[in-house]
Amino acid sequence: MSNALHAEWTKFRTLAGTWWLLVAAAALTIAVSAAAAAAFSCAPSACAPERTGVDPAKLGLTGVAIGQVLIALLAVLAVGGEYGTGMIRLTLTAVPQRLTLFTAKALVTAAAAVAASVLAVGGSAFAGWLILPARGVSAGNGYVPLTLANTADLRAVGGSVLYLTLIALLAFGVTAAVRDSATGIGLVLGLLFLFPLVSAVIPDHVLARHLEQLAPMTAGLDIQATVGVPALPLTPWQGLGVTAAWAAGALILGAAVLRRRDA
Amino acid sequence: MTTIAPYRSPAAHGKDGFAQALRAEWTKFRTVRGWVIGALVGILAMAGIGLLASGGGQASCQSAQAGAQGQQSSNCAHGISYLLGPNGEPVSDNFYFVRQPLAGDGTITVRLTSLTGRLTPADANGSSLVPGLVAWAKAGLIIKENLNRGSQYAAIMVAADHGVRMQWNYTGDTAGQPGTVGTANPRWLRLARSGDVITGSDSADGTHWSQVAAVTLAGLPSTAQVGLFATAPDNNQVTTSFGGGSGVSGGPAEATAVFDQLGTSGGWTAGQWAGQDVGVPEIPGTGYHQAGGQFTLTGQGDIAPLPAGHGGPADSATTVSDYLVGTFAGLIALVVVAALFVTGEYRRGLIRLTLAATPARGRVLAAKAVVVALAGFVVGLLGAGIAILAGQAITRAKGHYAFPISGMAEARVILGTAVVTAVASVLAMAIGIIVRRSAATVAAVVIVIVLPYFLAVASIVPLSAGDWLLRVFPAAGLALQQPYPAYGQVTMHYAPISGYFPLSALAGLGVLAAWTAAALALAAYLLRRRDA
Repeated sequence: MSNALHAEWTKFRTLAGTWWLLVAAAALTIAVSAAAAAAFSCAPSACAPERTGVDPAKLGLTGVAIGQVLIALLAVLAVGGEYGTGMIRLTLTAVPQRLTLFTAKALVTAAAAVAASVLAVGGSAFAGWLILPARGVSAGNGYVPLTLANTADLRAVGGSVLYLTLIALLAFGVTAAVRDSATGIGLVLGLLFLFPLVSAVIPDHVLARHLEQLAPMTAGLDIQATVGVPALPLTPWQGLGVTAAWAAGALILGAAVLRRRDA
Repeated sequence: MTTIAPYRSPAAHGKDGFAQALRAEWTKFRTVRGWVIGALVGILAMAGIGLLASGGGQASCQSAQAGAQGQQSSNCAHGISYLLGPNGEPVSDNFYFVRQPLAGDGTITVRLTSLTGRLTPADANGSSLVPGLVAWAKAGLIIKENLNRGSQYAAIMVAADHGVRMQWNYTGDTAGQPGTVGTANPRWLRLARSGDVITGSDSADGTHWSQVAAVTLAGLPSTAQVGLFATAPDNNQVTTSFGGGSGVSGGPAEATAVFDQLGTSGGWTAGQWAGQDVGVPEIPGTGYHQAGGQFTLTGQGDIAPLPAGHGGPADSATTVSDYLVGTFAGLIALVVVAALFVTGEYRRGLIRLTLAATPARGRVLAAKAVVVALAGFVVGLLGAGIAILAGQAITRAKGHYAFPISGMAEARVILGTAVVTAVASVLAMAIGIIVRRSAATVAAVVIVIVLPYFLAVASIVPLSAGDWLLRVFPAAGLALQQPYPAYGQVTMHYAPISGYFPLSALAGLGVLAAWTAAALALAAYLLRRRDA
């Protein structure tokens, strides 16, 4: 297992694209978060939380919704790249225990996703901490400013890192199942973004709420909520649990396909 | 010595032109099973998700706004029908009318000296009205076909925040003199009838008149209802919360207008004026009284088109935009196919054979673009066509209300969707040639087309930023899917989720096409420049 891990790690770190993608994911997340925080404005008389409805943590971590695309891409390429080039056949010759290989690959991908996420989410939280008070989201206006000093913000920030890691594992599993990077990324992005769009237009409000409880993105991002938590379709940790279930399902499917099919 | 003649194939020389390159690319496309399946998946996903979004389950009663103006019944989503105007579009027609029937041609003139009102404040918990005017509270002169709601009319009026307006048949609206009205700055208004032509004029002093508009009301009967009106639409304030979408708060409002110097001339000889509500007011308080030559009218409602969309007065009606939400699923499937159509050649090395067979590289690119565009067009056309036509049938079969749309507008939206998917597919193909990696191509196209729309719709970014995203990114092309016009004379949150886009259809297509042209130009340059 440790040899398999070492092999996967070598493959992962010696690809030039990997590092670019990791840096790009963090940079894009932070940039979008900072832009969303800076774009917020409220008239001095209308900055109270009940008027704006702003959740400082959610606003400060806006970039996660975009950054997850690149994190997913990273995971998709980790598997799909080997199928694209035929490298997978050499890999399986070297490590014939396919489940060991799958686990090692998933662990390396998850570790990379954690690293990128810590950078991305930490940077976003820092940017929010710097920018938001100047935009009216301050303690003086009755907000709980975004810091890591209270449990709700800690949950939002730590949960966002976990969320991005779970999205990476979901993308990993899906791509292992379809064995093609383009199809993999298409499926993953469809899974992430179609649910919320459909639930926004659906006339049946009960069904729309169920869709939000079911979807990997809307449920998982409940972890970012620090305001109005009781009104959410799921509690924050239940929501992240839904995303974890999607990731687990995708991993099981991917492992099964890798075990059963010829590469 | 024998000479050996080199072998010459007896087959005739093949032609080498664009048609051959096109045929080659088309053959490649249709014979790769995965690509054809991908395109079919695109059609099915577009249609299927559209049907789910439109016909799924029962509409909740909370979404039907009880007492919305112009609504004839509000029995949840079932049995709702909206009042229709002369052109078949849903309209509001509620106001207070001081009128009398007048035959033939003539002119009516009045001076408006005051426009005040009361409204339900946006953050009201109770239903008490406070002094204030909604932006489109309006009062003035109107000539109406008859007293039936939804009948033809033309009116010259002062709107609270929008100056003098000439409006007719609900959708027509032309601006006259700007500014508010008061005793120090009264407004003179005049309507003149000549056959079917109604001319509206305004004046600040009663002597210097300027024409605002002349409109034709086809088939206006010889005797029409002519008089004064006052009305004020509901005070609907749109509040948006981050990540939580937008909501509407507020409630009924009323307008009180004071007129004097009322006079008729031309063929019209005024008899007795009589007052009545047109439509049923939401709260009591409408009416008029006459003292000397002064008329004071208080009215509620609106004489205007009813805009479609979420959070508006017609919230519970399913709109064409709802059926089109599956476009994104179809788009993602198409982007995957279009990316693989070129990146697959690089991965397998087929591109070297392709370029050996057709050394004119620009021609290869053009042929690929045509094939991909065709595939995208067909997927968009079938996906949107099935989603809209079947969606409407299902909505009606379930007893829900489908917001009316003209056949022309429907065809325009379906065709517009096909154009968007076709151009977006070409964009994906061009990016595929530039980056040569299928997954990166798919991610890039999704980031520039699907994500801006998602961010704008999910209220994740502020409204102004969302509008900006839909102006600058290729997602602007989605404006081709806008089914209904946004009416300036009706206050509503014209949001992308309801099918209203910040750019016009043509400007949006221009933005998408500009991105695609730039990507194609770069792809052509790199394809010539780099070894395959």
